[in-house]
Amino acid sequence: MNAPLPDTATLLNTLAEAIRPNLSPETALVGIHTGGVWVAEWLHRAMGIKTPLGTLDISFYRDDFSQRGLHPEVKTTQLPFNVEDHPIILVDDVLYTGRTIRAAMNELFDYGRPGGIHLAALVDRGGRQLPIQPDFAGAKIELPAGKNIQLQRNEQGNLILLIQ
Amino acid sequence: MTRSLQLTADGQLKHLLTLDGLSPAILTRILDTAESFIDVGEREVKKVPLLRGKAIFNLFFEPSTRTRTTFEIAAKRLSADVVNLNIAASAQSKGETVLDTVSNLTAMHADMFIVRHAQSGAAHFIAQHVEPHISVVNAGDGRHAHPTQGLLDMFTIRRYKGAFHNLRVAIVGDVLHSRVARSQIHALTTLGVPEVRVIAPRTLLPTGVEQMGVHVFHDMQAGLKDVDVIIMLRLQNERMKGARLPSAQEYFKQYGLTPEKLALAKPDAIVMHPGPMNRGVEIDSEVADGPQSVILPQVTYGIAVRMAVMSLLMGPAQ
Repeated sequence: MNAPLPDTATLLNTLAEAIRPNLSPETALVGIHTGGVWVAEWLHRAMGIKTPLGTLDISFYRDDFSQRGLHPEVKTTQLPFNVEDHPIILVDDVLYTGRTIRAAMNELFDYGRPGGIHLAALVDRGGRQLPIQPDFAGAKIELPAGKNIQLQRNEQGNLILLIQ
Repeated sequence: MTRSLQLTADGQLKHLLTLDGLSPAILTRILDTAESFIDVGEREVKKVPLLRGKAIFNLFFEPSTRTRTTFEIAAKRLSADVVNLNIAASAQSKGETVLDTVSNLTAMHADMFIVRHAQSGAAHFIAQHVEPHISVVNAGDGRHAHPTQGLLDMFTIRRYKGAFHNLRVAIVGDVLHSRVARSQIHALTTLGVPEVRVIAPRTLLPTGVEQMGVHVFHDMQAGLKDVDVIIMLRLQNERMKGARLPSAQEYFKQYGLTPEKLALAKPDAIVMHPGPMNRGVEIDSEVADGPQSVILPQVTYGIAVRMAVMSLLMGPAQ
């Protein structure tokens, strides 16, 4: 059963409005592959952010490598700005256990010492296993552990959240 | 037998012993994974935590500098603990068998063996006898195979040429004694290169080489015409003594890659060499150091390719 969530465009706008007062001219957005990159691309464009967009693939930093092996499609990490001292907003589509964010922060620090990291998530679905909380979120939705919420991008480039 | 040994029941790589019999999908997966490891070498902290806590043993029964070093760097960039054993100079000379050496290292909780040996089949033999959680990588066995070299050559070709399906590739030199050539030929044909040529004197070609799907040339003029990639092989000095060749000078005259001979290939052809090079024997310095040479990038890519192989082998516990 697939049920559409609150309108994704509304969630994106809510997230952008939450972030906007906290932007500085140096702020860099870094999206986490794959859904987080889509959200970050949207925010980057909508908010007219000057620093080039960063993307992060955390495959090499996951904590379940010995159980699951390497992800079949490793994307590249690209941080086209100097991480050192830069204020960074880390962007993901769905915040769940927090393990992805832990891996993402570890990877960021291998590029330098950021001036600070804030966390933005399109949806916070609860269920955290680590002491990590979002600074900005489009919505908070409580979902049971068996459910899966996924961001998809259709052929027109529009983002749609689906619960499965 | 080697083929089934290196794959698990569900088709995942368990050991890397030869490229013979590996599917295009597996080869491509390794090359794609290597692509994402390239960036790791270019950043501030050249390390990812993927293999933290794993112990990798470099078992080199035969001397090597480049291969051993790049395996070591690859393991370290994956955060593994790496131990280098120069066996020729230690236990073997005291009479210990290969399997005893392996058992002792297994008792030290090894997770992976990187094996270089002068005898064909050595890595295969070790892979047959290791405990199920251990992976073995063949880093060159006799005249048989050198799969990671073959893979890094494919990676280099793909980086410079973009694809394989429209290429003409020439492998030049001592194919007979070259494990590198064998691995290259398997990989090139598997990845869909339509025309693989070997260029060598008759005395340096294995009998029946045509059955590997290559076109044979004995003359550089014809063989290099319009090729996209030239792979030079090292002429091992010891081959001179076996009367297979008249002299190094004579060999260079006929088969050494000079700017004049290179001009027969396509203008954007790349020149590769697995190293170590014999300047003035198989390759002219002007070519080796020239703009079409990708010999040093090959070395750099070798690290990323070996990182990819190690991390794909060491995935989920079996």
